[in-house]
Amino acid sequence: MVDVEKHYGDFHALKHVNLDVQHGEVVVVIGPSGSGKSTLCRTINRLETITSGTITIDGKELPAEGAELAALRSDVGMVFQSFNLFSHKTILENVTLGPIKVRKLSRAQAEEQAMTLLERVGVAHQADKYPAQLSGGQQQRVAIARALAMKPKVMLFDEPTSALDPEMINEVLDVMVELAKDGMTMVVVTHEMGFARKAANRVVFMSDGEIVEVDEPEEFFTNPKSDRAKDFLSKILTH
Amino acid sequence: MDLPELLRLFFSGMWGTLELFFVALIGSFVLGTILAGMRVSPTPVLRIAASTYINVVRNTPLTLVMFFCAFGLPFLDIRFGASSSFNSFIYASIALTAYTACFVAETLKSGIATIPVGQAEAARAVGLTFGQTLGEVILPQAFRTVIPPLGSVIIAMLKNTSIASAFNNRELISAMRNAIELRGDLVIPILFGTALGYLLLALILGRVFDYLERKLVILR
Repeated sequence: MVDVEKHYGDFHALKHVNLDVQHGEVVVVIGPSGSGKSTLCRTINRLETITSGTITIDGKELPAEGAELAALRSDVGMVFQSFNLFSHKTILENVTLGPIKVRKLSRAQAEEQAMTLLERVGVAHQADKYPAQLSGGQQQRVAIARALAMKPKVMLFDEPTSALDPEMINEVLDVMVELAKDGMTMVVVTHEMGFARKAANRVVFMSDGEIVEVDEPEEFFTNPKSDRAKDFLSKILTH
Repeated sequence: MDLPELLRLFFSGMWGTLELFFVALIGSFVLGTILAGMRVSPTPVLRIAASTYINVVRNTPLTLVMFFCAFGLPFLDIRFGASSSFNSFIYASIALTAYTACFVAETLKSGIATIPVGQAEAARAVGLTFGQTLGEVILPQAFRTVIPPLGSVIIAMLKNTSIASAFNNRELISAMRNAIELRGDLVIPILFGTALGYLLLALILGRVFDYLERKLVILR
């Protein structure tokens, strides 16, 4: 991302954002509410358009709306805060829809692959249920499986645990840590500092639409450079 | 004319009503879905075309739409077969489809508005195109949420088939008029019988939509 700017009317949501994520790297984006973390994450697959600047993935600039953009999005997995599983489809159908419609896999192939992924995230026995019949943690793990089914080059996580009950957060984070270990390129917006310490290669701290600080997790948490990061960390780490 | 003959007349009328109803049902669902899709499309031309069509046709009395089809189309030499009764049937079907599709489209559009925006975002994030997002994720959910109001639209259409009787069509009302001409002494029972015919069809439709509503409910 180079010189990315985003305005909502008068509101300047992203200010001069520059960020480079390497293959296999896990970048965790943290910061106070309204700092533009989610917006940043959503611009990467153009769910949010940008006012100016460029975003390139694998050397290719984000195309405008259309078939090309759809093709690009299929290579970028996304996990949302509110899961957003397709509520009229079963768990299995949620995971097979993309592979069948976009990757043109046969139903049998797609189902086999989906079951492997559901097994991996631990919800294979729920495959025939509907999303609303699952707990939040299970739904989020299905959402991760749905994204993985497209064999993405990069995975975006937009506050994946923020809508979960505390006891379900870990089951989702465990899956994410596994993914990180397997070398998946990940951009994770989160409030889970434990995850950032455990899995991140770099921590990006955002405030008021700007990237204020980028550092390795250990360094960032023990020795933050900027005042805003110090202030933020002092507020969340005292509890 | 005795009672069995009278009944036969009624059944053939009922059959005519049903034929018109089913053709217009399928037609208006197809056209209505396309119009609803156009109304939410990212292409302004499609949006404007659909809303113009809906605004014009929906606000024209159905009788006038029928006049346009039954007199306008033959004037333009648009015919669908040799027999005049078949042509009349097609003209009436077109009118009814064109008219009802507006209401189907508006109902669907209100259904689309109730679908959480995250559903479409998730579909796009998986790499589905606009058309696939609409067809696989949005419309199936929108249909399910608007089954009750859609039922009202379809019941209204069933009753609207009666207007076709004025345009050389064989259906329940024309059968009724026929019967009254033949047996003026039975006018009251004939009127009640006709009403009962519509009531029966509409009640069955209501049950079908109730069943669909229960069967297709989406848990959220």
